[in-house]
Amino acid sequence: MAKRIEASNVSSYYGSFKAIDNVSMTVEPKTITALIGPSGCGKSTFLRSINRMHEVLPNARIEGRLTIDDQNIYDADVDITAVRRMIGMVFQRPNPFPTMSIYENAVAGLKLNGVKKRSVLDDAAEKSLRSANLWDEVKDRLDRPGAGLSGGQQQRLCIARTIAVEPQVVLMDEPCSALDPISTLAIEDLMFKLKDSFTIIIVTHNMQQAARVSDKTGFFSIDKTGDPGRLIEYDYTQKIFSNPSQKKTEDYITGRFG
Amino acid sequence: MGDYPFRSENATAGDLGVTSRHAQGAGYGVPPSRYEEPPIGGGGALPKKSRFSMETGFRGVSTAAGTMVLVIIVAIAIFLISQAIPAIKADSENFLTYNRWSPNEAVPAFGIAVLALGTLLSSIIALLVAVPIALAIALFLTHYAPRRLATPLGFVIDLLAAVPSVVFGLWGRDLLQEPVRDFSVWLNHYFGWLPIFGGEGPFGQSIMLGGLVLSIMVLPIVTSLSREVFQQTPGMNEEAALALGATKWEMIRVAVLPYGKPGVIAAVMLGLGRALGETIALALTLGITWEISFNLIQTGGNSIAANIANSFNEANDTGRGALIASGLVLFAITLIVNMTARAIIYRRREFRDSAA
Repeated sequence: MAKRIEASNVSSYYGSFKAIDNVSMTVEPKTITALIGPSGCGKSTFLRSINRMHEVLPNARIEGRLTIDDQNIYDADVDITAVRRMIGMVFQRPNPFPTMSIYENAVAGLKLNGVKKRSVLDDAAEKSLRSANLWDEVKDRLDRPGAGLSGGQQQRLCIARTIAVEPQVVLMDEPCSALDPISTLAIEDLMFKLKDSFTIIIVTHNMQQAARVSDKTGFFSIDKTGDPGRLIEYDYTQKIFSNPSQKKTEDYITGRFG
Repeated sequence: MGDYPFRSENATAGDLGVTSRHAQGAGYGVPPSRYEEPPIGGGGALPKKSRFSMETGFRGVSTAAGTMVLVIIVAIAIFLISQAIPAIKADSENFLTYNRWSPNEAVPAFGIAVLALGTLLSSIIALLVAVPIALAIALFLTHYAPRRLATPLGFVIDLLAAVPSVVFGLWGRDLLQEPVRDFSVWLNHYFGWLPIFGGEGPFGQSIMLGGLVLSIMVLPIVTSLSREVFQQTPGMNEEAALALGATKWEMIRVAVLPYGKPGVIAAVMLGLGRALGETIALALTLGITWEISFNLIQTGGNSIAANIANSFNEANDTGRGALIASGLVLFAITLIVNMTARAIIYRRREFRDSAA
């Protein structure tokens, strides 16, 4: 189910603006990797480069290699939609489809893949909602609008929607930044559970969260506005937060940044 | 707390009203100790609420404007009904089913059947042709076209809405009639077994021609409203669909179209309103017969609005009353259509309200 991700010399651009420069890192299967760093340092851009969502924006492009189990996802003959099915994504703000019910949201990805059989969809909906720790809260109102749930429930619904298509990797772009602490805790618990099946990469501004949930942490930074973001340090989370090898990392995690 | 702002506008706040505040503002730079009235936000007694303000005034104006809509619509209904009833009473045939229009005779005999059918048929054709094209254009403008192309193209479409309908009518009559006749002959040859395409001719000035001209007139309004609606699709929902592995068309189907549905329905209804009420373009393009016929391609057809334009000059009192009665039917049709559309939108409202 889970695969290794290897980025080598990845640089991403928005038009002529270089957002990240020469990032290389390897993410092992079934681990949680946290990407931290100040705003605008390119960690979200890097995350979006992993499932080719970066290029959705006009004039966005990328250089370098990004492989999933030795298959370069940027090869010319790769089907982008297949990449995105293999590497799911959860966004900063919960974004269930407003016109769909909870059930329809959960199986939206499967329907896109042409699954029509009601029994298969039903099973997948229950399984993914259970995996997202949401089933008990919504099982009696699956036909209600997904957007009617609370923010934390919506985000778990989005996670259910993402994992329903059984991706190999789940990317999370600040998934808790719009949520209250209790919902945040629920999502963090969920991440530990999902780690058994998926490789997870999470961008977060919350350093405690990175320290709590991740196995490894990558610290991104920029020298000044307009410069590309760089991966300053990438190591085991414990080491990053106790004994970072870079001065910049230490400054950031101790709050002396900038 | 001691450093009150030295701003004169604030210094005289109170029950002086809006304009006099500025007139009294000569005290710029006066130290706090010399204030005669308390500044906004504290110090001394609170200023009194002014009795006549912009607030009350504006509220009155907007309430009046809102009420006026109701008054106008009720006045129109009363006018139509009061003029129509005597004429309908004088009608020697059944007003709803009779298929001739002779209200100016000594024994008036007229019915709405042909007119209402023609109005509905030509409008339905107009929508069947225009709506798919309008949606395709709107999606192209919002999701496929590069911005450099989309902006001027959208502008051109809005321009199309500004063309007067008499121009469309003349254009349809002089230029579109030939190709429509040829097309009708072809349809008749291959699909003549369908009643709507049957008949022996002549073809040309038909419901089909009128409907096509109407469709071009309806196109811009449906297009530009749909474009507005599609543009409002939240970007995060589009991204969600793409991140699930949707292609662009699948993304449109999953995120854009369902989100825009109520807006598109409203756009279609506005277009239908225009088609139903269109007068001169149909008066110029339809063959004007008094057959009750679903045939789309034979010369013929008629519509309520076109008939009013064609017959009003020669009408006597009963004749005018009869025409107003037909206007009342048009009013009722439009009302029913609009209420149906509202009902459709209303039914799914909880899926929309929670989206905000």
